[in-house]
Amino acid sequence: MISQVFILSSQGDHLIYKDFRGEAGSDVVSVFYEKVTALTGDQPPVVMSHGDLHFVHVRQGGLYWVATTTSPGSSPFTIIEFLNRFSALVKDYCGSLSEKSVQMNFALIYELLDEVVDYGYIQTTSSDVLKNFIQTEAVSSKPFSLFDLSNVGFFGAETQQSKVAPSSAASRPIQSSREQGGRSEIFLDVIERMSVVIGSKGVVLKADVEGEVRVKCFMPSCSEMRIGLNEEFSIGKSQLRGYGAAVRVDECRFHQNVHLDEFHSNRVLRLCPSQGEQTVMQYQLSDDLPSAPPFRLFPTIERDSGGRYSPRVHAAINVCATIPVPKGSVSLSQELSSPDQSAELKLQNRAIDWKIPRFIGGTQLSALFKLEVSGLSPSSLMEVGPVVLVFELPQLTVSGLQIRFLRLSPVQPAPSQRWIRYVTHSDSYILRL
Amino acid sequence: MPYLGSEDAVRELRRALSNPNVQSDQLRYRNTVLKAIRAMSQGVDVSDLFSEMVKACATVDIVQKKLVYVFLCSYATLNPELSLLVINTLRKDCQDPNPMVRSLALRNMTNLRLPSLVEYVEQPLAAGLRDRAACVRRVAVLGWAKLHNLQPDAEIDAAVVNELYGLLRDPDPVVMVNCLRALEEILKKEGGVAINKPITHHLLNRLKESDVWGQCEVLRILQRYHPQSEDELFDILSLLDASLVSPHPPVMAATLGLFLGLCSGLPAVSLAALERVRGPLLAACGSTSRETRFTALCHIQLLLRSLPGLMGAHYKRFFCGYAEPAYIKQRKMQVLVELVNDENVAMLLDELKGYCTDVNPETAQAAISAIGRIGRSYSDRCLEILTGLLGLKQEHITSAVVQTMCDLVWVCPQCSDTVCSALEGCEEMLQDSQGRQALLWLLAAYGERVSSAPYTLEGFIDRVRSEASLGVKMELLTTTMRLFLCRPSETQDMLGRLLHYCIEEEMDMCVRDQALLYYRLLHCGIEETHKVLHGQRSDPSLGVLIGRPAEPINQWAYSFNTLEPLRQAGVETEPASRGSPEHVTFDPKPNTDLSDTLNCSQIEKLGTPISGQLLPFFFAEPLKFHQVGWGASVHSHFQISPEMFNRVQVRALAGPLKDIHRVVPKPLLCYLGCVLRFVVLLEDEPSPQSEVQSALEHVFIQDVSVHCCIHLSLNPD
Repeated sequence: MISQVFILSSQGDHLIYKDFRGEAGSDVVSVFYEKVTALTGDQPPVVMSHGDLHFVHVRQGGLYWVATTTSPGSSPFTIIEFLNRFSALVKDYCGSLSEKSVQMNFALIYELLDEVVDYGYIQTTSSDVLKNFIQTEAVSSKPFSLFDLSNVGFFGAETQQSKVAPSSAASRPIQSSREQGGRSEIFLDVIERMSVVIGSKGVVLKADVEGEVRVKCFMPSCSEMRIGLNEEFSIGKSQLRGYGAAVRVDECRFHQNVHLDEFHSNRVLRLCPSQGEQTVMQYQLSDDLPSAPPFRLFPTIERDSGGRYSPRVHAAINVCATIPVPKGSVSLSQELSSPDQSAELKLQNRAIDWKIPRFIGGTQLSALFKLEVSGLSPSSLMEVGPVVLVFELPQLTVSGLQIRFLRLSPVQPAPSQRWIRYVTHSDSYILRL
Repeated sequence: MPYLGSEDAVRELRRALSNPNVQSDQLRYRNTVLKAIRAMSQGVDVSDLFSEMVKACATVDIVQKKLVYVFLCSYATLNPELSLLVINTLRKDCQDPNPMVRSLALRNMTNLRLPSLVEYVEQPLAAGLRDRAACVRRVAVLGWAKLHNLQPDAEIDAAVVNELYGLLRDPDPVVMVNCLRALEEILKKEGGVAINKPITHHLLNRLKESDVWGQCEVLRILQRYHPQSEDELFDILSLLDASLVSPHPPVMAATLGLFLGLCSGLPAVSLAALERVRGPLLAACGSTSRETRFTALCHIQLLLRSLPGLMGAHYKRFFCGYAEPAYIKQRKMQVLVELVNDENVAMLLDELKGYCTDVNPETAQAAISAIGRIGRSYSDRCLEILTGLLGLKQEHITSAVVQTMCDLVWVCPQCSDTVCSALEGCEEMLQDSQGRQALLWLLAAYGERVSSAPYTLEGFIDRVRSEASLGVKMELLTTTMRLFLCRPSETQDMLGRLLHYCIEEEMDMCVRDQALLYYRLLHCGIEETHKVLHGQRSDPSLGVLIGRPAEPINQWAYSFNTLEPLRQAGVETEPASRGSPEHVTFDPKPNTDLSDTLNCSQIEKLGTPISGQLLPFFFAEPLKFHQVGWGASVHSHFQISPEMFNRVQVRALAGPLKDIHRVVPKPLLCYLGCVLRFVVLLEDEPSPQSEVQSALEHVFIQDVSVHCCIHLSLNPD
């Protein structure tokens, strides 16, 4: 049972406030913000109490999404899941999640809240049901950007680039598709998150992959969708299929709307997607990766430090390596292998951030960092490392999962577009030194 | 945050709203209303616009209607008379052919929260229950709950209740679930909605039709059902088996909650259910939402209390990610400590060692104390890491290591040699009072083995004038006294200086009293002093507590899937509740309330925090003083009001008290109990026991049982 729901910006501005049960006044919003700011670090505990009132909050899009409840017996799973789902709905309806988009669409959000929760009880969060009730149109806040222009060819000619969906294509309000009519698109994303620990001798100590297949549907009506996965896809250790390189996952969970009758024979998922974003399938794989981890590090630390990376994949973008340094570090001088890379010493994090915007596959990069450390002692070298890599691998899944096909039936009228995207993120990629 | 000049803004808005030109243009009208709502949600008081908004309500534009209703529901309680005007529009809307308009009107009619309007609302609500459209019925059903809560004392309309029971068979699943919710509220006094066998089976059969939220609600309410036979129980369980491994954490948790409730008499079945949810829980631990991760972690900790081996093979899943927030990292470390065994100990310690140099000092400290906990079983490896960390020469790390060693030695006295040799040279790195207190305690306990102890103490005594922390001063007094007992020749001079300073110059009453006590003690002779000051170096009772037995599930089942397990994190990480000596020693304020009753010159806390109720007493031999000892099992939420302890000092003599959950093997749910023991040395004639006890009960206000006994002195002179 939820008593109030409110959204706060990170500066504490009240963006949305709705009271469902009249059990507490609106002053608790400020109480909440005081509690959050009184704590050191930017990481307040998920549950906080003020008298009889319990605050449960999640952070999404840089905003605080807070629900209050008076009964300590409320299920935290339910409230947190609801807040996440609610923020996902707001994202679906407003296109993106930011302080600005929430501010501009507050009427829409009030309308959503009104339909989603009644008297503190969650009624429905299905966008199929909600679309019948929501009347307000989203105001999208798309800043003018030169990148948008770059996709347009001279004199409107079709360029190679226009066949690739821009990365912002999926961040738009779902409702607008109704008015614009034309762009009925469907995005199928395979997203994998890696958490890897590689020991100092290059031994993989831990490797976990959490994967999701997400559908983002902008079609006003879509009756059925069939997603074909790799035929040799297998779940668990015992069940290997086929003779080729099997794609194996440890555990696999499906959205409740997915029909699995063709899954066992042909690895086909059938579902009727509702508008907006939904996770069709989640899977996880631990310890036994089919391929070697994408990055390795060959560090040499002497009284100066240096390192080389060698990726084994075709390309990575937005790579950022964070290298912890000893406490007394004062300044940094660097030798990087190309001018688009940058390295910076962040004193408050006690780390060097080495940014590599593009990393071509199969190559090695090397960098030499020279640190000036005041009061260097032999034990200072203990403080160097472990190195953390943050990266994004487009067009690649570590598990090897591929989408064979994506069919819509009945066949949609012409202008429907289907996009399939693969990406692997680093959840936590740690290389010990 | 109210804007400056918000009055102007309101005036401007009112002018616009009552402007006929604006009113005739639908879009402009709507935008003006929008502006008013925007001002409202930013915190501007726009209640003055109420009458204009009432007018704006009568429109065909649904968006505008919705906006106006948001406004009206927020301010209706301030303007009950004007709200009457809205009712007419709302009642008219209830007849609208469009079901969306009907449900909207009905919902907002009940959201106005005005008892005076109840008579107008009842009729449309009753009609709403029989509406053709499901969305209207959903609203109407909950509307009755709202009405009931507006007038909680009014008699319950049996016809409505019957109708609501009838609607449990409604084809729409949300209506069904809403009926449960409404009946639960209306019949709260009778213990909620009646759950009998037909209703249970009906609800279970339709469980699959509901969405996640409906399923959770149904599962929660079904916890009250008691199956009539074991066969029926197993039928229900097998029906729910699929939900137990649901990919949605809320459904999984609600189902497990129901399982635990139903199987409270069948521990084997419950344990099997816990095994079954391992997969989904682990998956929730890897969820994208870090809040879900945290919740799952907290519940895994609960499960581990009954099934310590549950996650043994999956310990790597609890390795901390780099970007995870500190509260998740700390929980993960707590879980990792539980999962340690002979095979993975090297791997785990290696991982934990990596966290010790974390940028966030709290995470680093948590990692160090986690290593200390593992040290109870694998002391050699852990001490090696801990002493290695001292080499880093960082303030917060050194402090955490010394505190951890202090705890470790208390449990494993065999580590003391390594610890003593590691202590040399630490004192320069210790800046915070907790670390220094721990160091002083260690010097007091093992002073005869640390060769440099007198020099360290001398440094402390030289700086005592600039010492800010009360706790450190008190600890320093005791340490110097105890060191004097074992190494008198080296310490005598500095003890004299310290006592002189504390008695003559120190402004703080507590420190002064303490020093006086020691001064008088020394007058009584060295034998007596020895008896009083001979504290324990380790806790003999801890041996049993370390090997932790699996608890029965019933111990925690009631708090499963509630906010309780999550909140405990807050209690533990707040420094104030760690129960450090500093927390218990407080500012004595001039107050004569108690000092008349309890003219105590000393209270010494000899005990250590121990889980459980009450412990047999332990305190020093009675001396010239009348001694009162009492133990109080203190609820974690207790607060000592400082003035109660006027002129009373509390000091940890025997054991470091800073880490309450150190001894409580796993934090007990909502009962983070601990026992504080005090010895009060009374200078005067002893007050009758009842008088002292009532004074003590006065001190621990609630939730506390105070046990008190008075020992008359043996030789009152």
